[in-house]
Amino acid sequence: MGDIWDLLPGLGDKLAAHVVLSASAIGLAMLIALPMAVWADRSRIVSRLALSLASLVQTIPALALLALFFPLLLSLRSVFGEGLPTLGFLPALMALTLYALLPILRNAVTAQANLDPGVLEAADGVGMTKWQKLTLVEAPLAAPFIMAGIRTASVWTIGAATLATTIGQPSLGDPIFAGLQTQNWALVLAGCLVSAGLALAADNLLWVIEVGLARRKRGMTYGGMAIVLLGIVGALWAQRPANEERPVIIAAKSFSEQYILAQLIGSRLEAAGYRVEYRDGLGSAVVHSAVASSSIDISVDYTGTIWSNYLKRADNPGREAMYETIRAWEAEANGVKVLGRLGFENAYAFAMREDRARALGVTSLEDLVAVGPRLTVGGDPEFFERPEWIAVRDAYGLSFGRTRNFAPTFMYNALASGEADVISAYTSDGRIAADRLVVLADPKGALPSYDALLLLSPRIAGDAGVLAALQPLIGAISVEAMREANFAVDREDAGKLTPKQAAAELARKVGLSPE
Amino acid sequence: MNSPPPLLRFDAVTCRFGAVTAVGASGGGVTCDIAAGSFVALVGASGSGKSTLLKTVNTLVHPSEGRVLFGGEDVTQLKPARLRRRVGYVFQGIGLFPHFSVGENIAIGPRLAGEKLPPERIAELLELVELDPAFAARMPDELSGGQRQRVGVARALAGGPELLIMDEPFGALDPVTRDALGRKVRELHETLGLTTVMVTHDMAEALLLADRVLVMDKGALVADESPRALLAGEGGPVAQRLASVPREQAERLAAMETPAEGGA
Repeated sequence: MGDIWDLLPGLGDKLAAHVVLSASAIGLAMLIALPMAVWADRSRIVSRLALSLASLVQTIPALALLALFFPLLLSLRSVFGEGLPTLGFLPALMALTLYALLPILRNAVTAQANLDPGVLEAADGVGMTKWQKLTLVEAPLAAPFIMAGIRTASVWTIGAATLATTIGQPSLGDPIFAGLQTQNWALVLAGCLVSAGLALAADNLLWVIEVGLARRKRGMTYGGMAIVLLGIVGALWAQRPANEERPVIIAAKSFSEQYILAQLIGSRLEAAGYRVEYRDGLGSAVVHSAVASSSIDISVDYTGTIWSNYLKRADNPGREAMYETIRAWEAEANGVKVLGRLGFENAYAFAMREDRARALGVTSLEDLVAVGPRLTVGGDPEFFERPEWIAVRDAYGLSFGRTRNFAPTFMYNALASGEADVISAYTSDGRIAADRLVVLADPKGALPSYDALLLLSPRIAGDAGVLAALQPLIGAISVEAMREANFAVDREDAGKLTPKQAAAELARKVGLSPE
Repeated sequence: MNSPPPLLRFDAVTCRFGAVTAVGASGGGVTCDIAAGSFVALVGASGSGKSTLLKTVNTLVHPSEGRVLFGGEDVTQLKPARLRRRVGYVFQGIGLFPHFSVGENIAIGPRLAGEKLPPERIAELLELVELDPAFAARMPDELSGGQRQRVGVARALAGGPELLIMDEPFGALDPVTRDALGRKVRELHETLGLTTVMVTHDMAEALLLADRVLVMDKGALVADESPRALLAGEGGPVAQRLASVPREQAERLAAMETPAEGGA
């Protein structure tokens, strides 16, 4: 794991983005929570309502809260126009701000309620107005307790900000999610170390300010504040927008194949003189809308995914008809250009361990009907909600004893360790061959095709340079080549490659080495 | 006799909090004049309404009915900040601002009025209440209870008030400190030419310090006598029940000092 130390310096950009995002969320939460606390002190109803709402927000998992802002902002576009960003900084800021409200609000309200009544009477007795009482007496006396709330909020926010990766906001979550998907533990640890270090540093600095306020040590208070401010200004400086044109932004959903293809696409564009940026680890639903809205420029998607998720179709007209329908629909409904098919399919398929399949006498989905109730089926987190699963289940009348969700990379481990008997595998996955898994036949053709497509956003759909750089990819990647590249990233032995290395290797294999 | 107009006048004052009538329960409210230069003690049991009545003077409590006139003006019509500079307020909780130094605490009233109290004046005020001027730089939590209440008195005097109102000012102090501070306040009352209204439940304190004692019971004013008259048995049953305690204590103490007479 010595290579963690080599990874750390490369995380500077992510750290700066993380600091700016967290600090903005805390700052905005303070701007909302502190006046609200003052109001709550004067009205019991406001106090109850504000605290209940803030607590309610806390019960929503941070990941869900972040994801919820995407459709919300998308619907707000009808009011604020197409310029409203739906991904990245804005939704991340809003979600994290909501998350940070509770500790700040609760501490501020409690601090005010616990002020010495004698001191408050004296404030009235010497003739202070309400405002003077607030600024001269209540605020300074409550400050250390409020600071404690801000500390708690900061540690939470810095932790939760790693999840902003999933909605396309760069953060220290990028290395964590990328590492998790490609089983690159050094990358995961590096991301965790930096974000934990940042949280600890913020906690200690704010503690110094809190103690300074409590003991009325101005040096500590202002010194701590100065360092915090310096950190934020430094991060902003590092984040300052380069005075260049917007780069081409390439998306990757959270699995190895997507990371490799993003790198492959990126390297070709860079060779053609484009500046590129990657948005890794995005949720599947987010990617498609992001391309349609040009928040992201290029993605690799799959016919079956678009067919069921966006066209809302459950029928199966066959591979070619499906492709042509999607191509026309994307152009017409979204202005998205489907450049073409990469040449391989990454379809859902049911896979079992060879020994287990033989012991149960299972070779096709039909054979599963009898033994299913005794088995555990594993799927990726969205699988059991997907129409493909429902189509297969209904076509064969399948039922299982137990269903479990696994992150895609862990499904195979679950199969190997016997925690799942059958999994929803992907046909381009290198581990099907490596683990010598049996892919069950689908005699009824219930599973739709999943041709990999190259999608271009409306923004770059007409960019001749981009089209020229990417055209050679169309039809160039066989399923065998893709499996090999995927396995190179997913394997855990000495042959393990990073997505970038695997992309280069893949390019070489299919004869597409950058010119 | 052509007496000067009173500095303070309670004019049919009634204070209600929801269904509870704290002051003026007997109907018609509390009416009473307080002449400039007098030291008045307002005595009564807990819940008799004496603190509530006192707080109508600096508008910490607003009367439900009736008016409080200060120098002929309705106090609720005066700006609170201006009124409270002219009315020094000392109370049991003291309420020194813990994040201000002693000097800053004393200077707060003038500061609110936009005036900076010079250090010499702060030193002078500290000397008035018999504290070392060097105390100005200390923080309240470095002081004893008695010292804190002295600072409380100095703060009440900082604006040069005409009227000093005190709500159980010495209630939390030990007897020795309490006696010393009581005498000091009486002395300041004389030398500064103040008008003083002090709320206390301790009749002995009232008798020793005030030159006029008002007794309240269940929200009504039931007696208005000089200390001498109260000791002579005037003022009615409630006042006499309160006055009998220190009188009997004094008699028992006096009896202990002259044991020889009975034995001779």
